[in-house]
Amino acid sequence: MTDAAALSELERIKANSRFLRGTLVESLADPVTGAISEDDNKLLKFHGSYQQDDRDLREERRKQKLEPAYQFMVRARLAGGVLSPAQWLSFDHIARTWANHTLRITTRQTFQLHGILKRDLKRSIAAMNNVLVSTVAACGDVNRNVVASANPVASPAHRLAYRWAERLSDHLKPKTRAYHEIWLDEQLVAGGEEESEPLYGPTYLPRKFKIGIAVPPTNDVDVFAQDLGLIAIIEHGELLGFNVAVGGGMGASHGDASTYPRLASVIGFVEPEQLLRTAEGVIEVQRDHGDRQERKHARLKYTIDRMGVAAFKAELERRIGFALQPSRAYRFEHNGDRYGWTEGDDGRWHLTLQIESGRLADLPGQPHLSGLRAIAEEHQGDFRLTCNQNLIIANVPASQRIRINALVAEYKLDGYRRLSGIRQHAVACVALPTCGLAMAESERYLPQLLPKLEASLERHGLLDEPIVLRLSGCPNGCSRPYLGEIALVGRAIGRYDLRVGADFAGQRLNRVLRENIDESEILAELDALFARYAAERREQERFGDFLVRSGLLPTARHPIDAEVFA
Amino acid sequence: MTAATLSPLPEDKQPLVARLIDGLEAPALLWLSGYLAGVAGQRQLPGKSAAAEPSPANDTQARLTVLYGSQTGNAKRLAEDLGRRASAAGLAVRVVRADAYATRELKQERLLYVVVSTQGDAEPPDDSRALVEFLASARAPKLEALRYAVLGLGDSSYPNFCAIGRQLDERLAALGAQRLLPAGEADVDLETVAQPWLDHALQQAREQLKTSAPLAKVTTLRTARSTPAWHREQPFQAPLLLNQRVTGRDSDRDVRHLELSLEGSGLRYAPGDALGVWPTQSPALVDAVLASLRLDGDNLVRVGDEEHTLRTWLAEHRELTQLTRPFVAAHAERSGDTQLRELLLPTSRDALAALFSQWQVLDLLHRHPAEWTAETLVAALRPLAPRLYSIASAQSVVGDEVHLTVSHVDYAFDGQARWGAASRYLAQRAEGENVPVFIEANERFHLPADDRDIIMIGAGTGVAPYRAFVQERAERGAAGRNWLVFGNPHFYSDFLYQVEWQQALKRGQLHRLDLAFSRDQAEKRYVQHRLLEQGRRLYEWLENGAHLYVCGDANRMAKDVHKALAAIVAEHGARSSEDAEAWLSQLIQQGRYARDVY
Repeated sequence: MTDAAALSELERIKANSRFLRGTLVESLADPVTGAISEDDNKLLKFHGSYQQDDRDLREERRKQKLEPAYQFMVRARLAGGVLSPAQWLSFDHIARTWANHTLRITTRQTFQLHGILKRDLKRSIAAMNNVLVSTVAACGDVNRNVVASANPVASPAHRLAYRWAERLSDHLKPKTRAYHEIWLDEQLVAGGEEESEPLYGPTYLPRKFKIGIAVPPTNDVDVFAQDLGLIAIIEHGELLGFNVAVGGGMGASHGDASTYPRLASVIGFVEPEQLLRTAEGVIEVQRDHGDRQERKHARLKYTIDRMGVAAFKAELERRIGFALQPSRAYRFEHNGDRYGWTEGDDGRWHLTLQIESGRLADLPGQPHLSGLRAIAEEHQGDFRLTCNQNLIIANVPASQRIRINALVAEYKLDGYRRLSGIRQHAVACVALPTCGLAMAESERYLPQLLPKLEASLERHGLLDEPIVLRLSGCPNGCSRPYLGEIALVGRAIGRYDLRVGADFAGQRLNRVLRENIDESEILAELDALFARYAAERREQERFGDFLVRSGLLPTARHPIDAEVFA
Repeated sequence: MTAATLSPLPEDKQPLVARLIDGLEAPALLWLSGYLAGVAGQRQLPGKSAAAEPSPANDTQARLTVLYGSQTGNAKRLAEDLGRRASAAGLAVRVVRADAYATRELKQERLLYVVVSTQGDAEPPDDSRALVEFLASARAPKLEALRYAVLGLGDSSYPNFCAIGRQLDERLAALGAQRLLPAGEADVDLETVAQPWLDHALQQAREQLKTSAPLAKVTTLRTARSTPAWHREQPFQAPLLLNQRVTGRDSDRDVRHLELSLEGSGLRYAPGDALGVWPTQSPALVDAVLASLRLDGDNLVRVGDEEHTLRTWLAEHRELTQLTRPFVAAHAERSGDTQLRELLLPTSRDALAALFSQWQVLDLLHRHPAEWTAETLVAALRPLAPRLYSIASAQSVVGDEVHLTVSHVDYAFDGQARWGAASRYLAQRAEGENVPVFIEANERFHLPADDRDIIMIGAGTGVAPYRAFVQERAERGAAGRNWLVFGNPHFYSDFLYQVEWQQALKRGQLHRLDLAFSRDQAEKRYVQHRLLEQGRRLYEWLENGAHLYVCGDANRMAKDVHKALAAIVAEHGARSSEDAEAWLSQLIQQGRYARDVY
């Protein structure tokens, strides 16, 4: 693993980057292209941005002898998905001024802005920092945005769980000043003191690293899809600590059996004051044992499968200097969001809105972006983004509810009142035209697909049945497709792998039913399954569970259930 | 390798070569060796007649070219593997990515292997789109001397497995090339099919390159410049090969890149020359003129020795989009319109100029109706003149083609569509239609000696001749440096030939590029602002003997550029403004400051 020649290209780039500086400043200043250099592209991710291009225009511009319509996606770092109305207004301003007039809620509980041109990138990032939102490490081979159950604050213990998400996020941030120099014009310290990354080292992690905190019975963060999943254990309103689950991850490559989605393994329990050191320990083991030659095999899940869970746990305990306690009992009921108003323990109110694919835009008859700007101008609480791409207007005083309701209705944000069961539980990644990895449509396909699925469900009397649907334009898994009761994973324009049979709480992976099929085949397959489900299901039985019980699925190639090792 | 081992090189070139190859890896070095061999083949040694020269194709004769089209890197890896193995076996080989390959070299290839993947159902990899398109088109040359083989990569779960590989394989055969081995079709488990195929291909290459007979001597490639058979009065009907918009969809300008074929015409041109185009007026415009005068287009009309129908006179022999003073005067006479007559008085010069810049013949007919007979109308209208466009290609690179960069003048005036006669005519030509053209030499706008630096300043379509300049100098391997200063409204949509300039910069064929996009920021920035920013450098280049060119809008750009140049010469040459002007005049007299403005 120390053989330099065999290291992946990215390892060389990181090592030579002077703590993530590379030649980003020069690349940004190059007037001949709207792109940045290939190496800088890789480094830019660590700063919270990806270079993309409008793929709808790629062919047209090639013929026009113009380079692709290069543009940048900027992703914020919002631990636990919480932001203030003032921060919201700033995002709104950036979206309208420099981005493509939309805000995108991601499946990791933060905002992405798309379509920012190179010349506007620095001011967009600076504008976020002006309202105390950073983008550092929102992407890249580091710990990314820490997600936490967006369940409206129900008890002091829940609040505490969110605080831990914030502390983890801050504690695990890279220490390099490169971000501040490049985007915020921070002057180099005179004398140029030696920089270091005590946790990450100069080459950071072998691959991205994701942490999520779930507060049972809600698994809205899909805790088993995280590299490090933490299950808050709360008894009698007191946060006792966290079950620790390691090695979750969604990404896979088509036709490559050495890559696979994996659910995190629960390896024990830690008390709150042990949490930061435990997280560091997991990161250190991955830093030193992760595969730095083949990026496809670099996520923690492969490290753990290579070492074995027991050996991994032993190595972790050796490093952190204490043993994990046996894991505590927990129970998840679902991994979706609860729409509508709920009351917190402190008498404040929370309104969860459904945002299709998390895209906030002003469309004819649906001025959602403007609606939320209007709400942000009056709202006295905060906003919470969910891992299911939805939005909570949180901490509303009882006296404000009528006003918020009126605005929600005026701007047509009240669609959540009339959703079918499947629409309530649908998640789609961005895919075309901006995502460079997309092989098929996803976000743009969802509105076309849903009515067809709804028609089929209605025929079988299942319209109100909650079913988790996940759409993904490629196998990398941003929409956590392997945890969908139904999932489409893109293969080519108009063609998908159809996967079915995950459970309703994010604890069992689905399986491939058919590979590489088109819409008519997808609809026919599902219609047949819906018919069986309507006729043969047991009381309260979920769609995915029914398929498994009925033996309607092919055998799985990898373990598919969440496992407990402690 | 050190530069000292490169003994045939002049001493001053040795460190350059060392610098060039420093840090390059095998694939790049292989490419370079092939590239240089190609350059060598195309240069004629001085002092020998063309007929005695070996054909430029001579060295491609004994060489294998491996082209690859790759999306995820698999095809590239296999192609490079093949290249390494062939090289290790002592064969001359070059490995080229499809979009870095000059398709005009195809004709000279003798042994070609293609490794190409298929994306999704039947899409080529991005780097191969142009090649696939070119081969599929009618422009693909006959390849009877070529032997080839294709290795396709794909995913058999798609209905059209390896479609692109198959398509290329069949197309090359259809073009007359001889297939050396059946096309390989490698599935996701690449190596099973790919490795045996590569083994085979290598073995074939060995046999081919060992046994190939010397090429028959080819006679001269270029005929000497002589009186062309085609000229202004007898234009060549050039088939249009490509009519491609080159401004992005957000642009408010419709700029076309046009490629025409001169094949069989014997026409020759030099970079800087112009192409004359005889337009035909739009039938809709001719009909509107006929209708407004209630004249019959089928009437025969004789003027002088020529007789045509009125419609033909108007469509092919008379100006309709430009007004002239004599015609306005004649029209005023006929209409008896006092307002019009006043416009012709010396005191109304500005108003008349404004009218000329905005009105066309039809506007005059509509607003100031008058009676015309067919004969008097034809006699009074100005004869149609051909339009001249700076040629955007170097013949040494594009062979029998000629390229133009044309801005389609198309706007609404007073609620009516208005356009420029020739730009509309060209913009609306379909590929395959003929365009009457001739070459108009522009000796004052030619390239200097190869070792001189050049500074090229152009806005909008004024960039056209510089495309020809850079093509030519790259082809000749000219030692002088090339500096382009280009301006247009928007970076994203109006950066004409952006990708080509980027490539030229990367390849060291363009040494400096300064850009002025006037409307991308609050304050407008034009080429003259960039010149002033670079004043010291520009003056140094001029002092060093550089030739300077200005092409584009005559009314403002050329004047503003001249002012900027005078200011630069005054400041950096420590001259008074009169001396600076004199210095520039001298430059013009020496032919070192040339303008092609319109």
